[in-house]
Amino acid sequence: MPCKPASDTAADRACAAAFLKEKGRLLNRRPLTDTELNAFVDQAVNSADGLKDFYAGLSIALEAMLVSPNVLFVTEMSEPDPASPGKQRLDAYALATRLSLFLWNAVPDDGLLKAAENGELHTEKGLVRQVDRMLASVRLETGMRAFFDDMFGFDDFNALSKDATVYPKFTGQAMADAREETIRTVIDHLVTQKKDYRDLYTTRSTFISPALAVIYGLTAPPSWTRYEFPADSPRAGILTHISFLAVHSHPGRSSATLRGKALRELLLCQPVPRPPANVDFSAVENPKANLRTARDRVSAHLENPVCAGCHKITDPMGLALENFDGSGRYRETERGSPIDASGSLDGKAFTNVIGLGQALHDHPALTSCLVKRAYSYGTGGPTEPSDRPLLAYLDTRFADEGYRLAGLLRAIALSHSFSQVSVPAADAARAN
Amino acid sequence: MTSSVTFNRRSALKGLLGGGAITVGLPLLDADLNGNGTAFADESPLPVRFGTWFWGCGMTKKIFVPAQTGKNYELTEELEAIKNVKQHINVHTNLTAYRDGTFFCHYTGWVVFRTGSAPVVGNLPLYESLDTTLANRIGRTTRFKSLTATATGDIRNIISYENATTPNPPEFSPMAFYTRLFGPDFQDPNAAEFKPNPRIMMRKSALSAVTDQIKALNGKVGAEDKARLDQYFTGLRHLEQQFDHQLTKPEPRAACKPAKAFKDEPAPGTDSQLIAARHKMMTDLMVMAVACDQTRVFNMTMSKSDSNTTKQGYEKPHHTCTHEESIDEKLGYQPNASWFTKRSMENWAYFVEAFSKIKEGDGTLLDNVLIMANTDVSYARVHSLEEMPAFTAGRAGGKVKTGLHIDHKGGQGTALSYTCLKVMGLDVESWGTKSNQTNKEVGEILA
Repeated sequence: MPCKPASDTAADRACAAAFLKEKGRLLNRRPLTDTELNAFVDQAVNSADGLKDFYAGLSIALEAMLVSPNVLFVTEMSEPDPASPGKQRLDAYALATRLSLFLWNAVPDDGLLKAAENGELHTEKGLVRQVDRMLASVRLETGMRAFFDDMFGFDDFNALSKDATVYPKFTGQAMADAREETIRTVIDHLVTQKKDYRDLYTTRSTFISPALAVIYGLTAPPSWTRYEFPADSPRAGILTHISFLAVHSHPGRSSATLRGKALRELLLCQPVPRPPANVDFSAVENPKANLRTARDRVSAHLENPVCAGCHKITDPMGLALENFDGSGRYRETERGSPIDASGSLDGKAFTNVIGLGQALHDHPALTSCLVKRAYSYGTGGPTEPSDRPLLAYLDTRFADEGYRLAGLLRAIALSHSFSQVSVPAADAARAN
Repeated sequence: MTSSVTFNRRSALKGLLGGGAITVGLPLLDADLNGNGTAFADESPLPVRFGTWFWGCGMTKKIFVPAQTGKNYELTEELEAIKNVKQHINVHTNLTAYRDGTFFCHYTGWVVFRTGSAPVVGNLPLYESLDTTLANRIGRTTRFKSLTATATGDIRNIISYENATTPNPPEFSPMAFYTRLFGPDFQDPNAAEFKPNPRIMMRKSALSAVTDQIKALNGKVGAEDKARLDQYFTGLRHLEQQFDHQLTKPEPRAACKPAKAFKDEPAPGTDSQLIAARHKMMTDLMVMAVACDQTRVFNMTMSKSDSNTTKQGYEKPHHTCTHEESIDEKLGYQPNASWFTKRSMENWAYFVEAFSKIKEGDGTLLDNVLIMANTDVSYARVHSLEEMPAFTAGRAGGKVKTGLHIDHKGGQGTALSYTCLKVMGLDVESWGTKSNQTNKEVGEILA
């Protein structure tokens, strides 16, 4: 509260106005007009009078503001772009909101709104100053947590369940911690230590919690602790985290196909086609005495040309993760047969999961996929074919920066396309 | 190229809330909204309500479809669980959903039953679902226009659509559902005294300030955002109606006796026992919400379309099982897939029975509801949309006969939905599009 009301049990117009003006500017991501502000202040005053309670009156006005369209909707207003005649750019407040949602997953702070108010944000220097301030802020971690949680499809954790009779150690706590382990590793690697994005898929550094230690087969630490998988460990890179392994598995068993599909779609931006509608899955039925391991079972896919088309895309790298069961625990055998974790990724063969991590590390689509995802996340829509030159430029910039995340975010935020609006021809004509 | 981006949560958020540039005026928002829906027959002293129930992954014809039709049919192995409610239910078999183009294995079938049209893209219907059509007619006078809940614990299991782009997310936590229904904002219709809450009056008045802001957006949104703003405005009107409802003395409802709040609820998860426990809690709440006239339209999902229910100690979830389990040579069917169907039927029986246990007027609540239950496929193993099963339950205030098995002989699944819409008072000459368009009513069940 910026002020104290004259009385708790009566209206105080000046104090209500001061509060609603200040909070209204933050919630609306721009200053309220006098008309807007007065409407809310009137509500606060009338309600406080009626209920004989200043704070109850204020809460009713605040509720109305919170459900108002200007707060709930991200309305991106545009204006003619003086630098590019005939084109439209985001107005300063819309740009501030876009930047802030992109980098902080939050609404703009006072500083960013001031930069929008005084025109700074629409100058080159001013924009650089604000973007650099945002990248240096501790709030970048919050923003990047949201981005990577989204990119990895971790909302699947909200509905994840494992069969307790098959995986008794995979508790609800382990599930929550698995999601956190990967996000912590990502933030530490990319935001705190500012390391190469590709190394996320080979790094042996991670963090473990007591519940995760049980599944990893380690001595449980008292709380979250930094941990280094030893050099001879089969675990390296976030693909070998419990999170990725468990989310892309069935409740009671692992799935080379689901893991391969997730790897293709989430990390390489390569959509995998859906299975045909009339497929007869009985070819992969089990248990059959001769189909002991997942490799045996999915090889059935490859015998059938209808199945093979897609399973060739997903299975060879998914099988490299078969040393980890559906809860992410390490195993060397399945139904008594040794697991062969060799495979290949787009022509690069490997003998185990460490090789898969390295192949992914070296895959050109790994970095271009992050570029694409970050750009579409920032601008709030899928990329279009017309974005290709920009994406190619961003790819180069990302490489020049040694695949450092901050460099990529900065290049996106400062790019002309980020603050420009493509107006459909018909709408533009009408606007004129 | 961008199909995976489509599922990006941020783009979904911006899709829902996003603005664009920026020129076409708002529609006349009031024009869409008819606030005076009166939908139940005037001669009926109690309102007739409509509900749906959903289970995933169909059935096994051989042990599901009764050999006889009409009244004296014998229950089959998969239908055994409904024996206590057989007299309240109609079993419909041999219905067809038409694909009309691209086929989405576990989506097309149920969406045809619920919206009348085969979808042309995955996870998006072309039209609102039938519960919404009816809620817009008969849901205007209750606190909630409609209520949707799922026993899966997963908010993403959508079964109802407000329009082509707006799903109605289900209640997925029994405790949260209880609070929404019977928490502080609940007004007991049988309370001795009624005094309008002054705070609600103030809150209602404050909403008008918001309405003025919508007018300010007028002229500023692009055509694509029109539907989103429409939807938002509808939500606002709904909130206003809830306030109105709370400011009006409710009619007494003898059957309205809400239980106490739950102290606990099942942990997240899709184990069959967890689902049954959650389904029971959600059902009991839903039944009481109807008995207390908090809503007249309701939807319940027991399992999602490609059901991910699991069985303890069995490695394949329901959907995977239907595709991969071999057919037992002695039995002649997939034993585990059928195990899942039997659990679904137990839950369906519980749902129907719960309505039949509430006394209302001279009979029970079930006498004054009509429930349609359907699924995504018939034989899940091959995603078949022929020979599809469905149920109806309840007598719709005397308009519907029950206790029958009807063999539709390959007829349109939409005929059943159309019949429900007609029984509920919707006066349209036909329903659905393309091959699923129909003007046929299922005469066998009409009283």
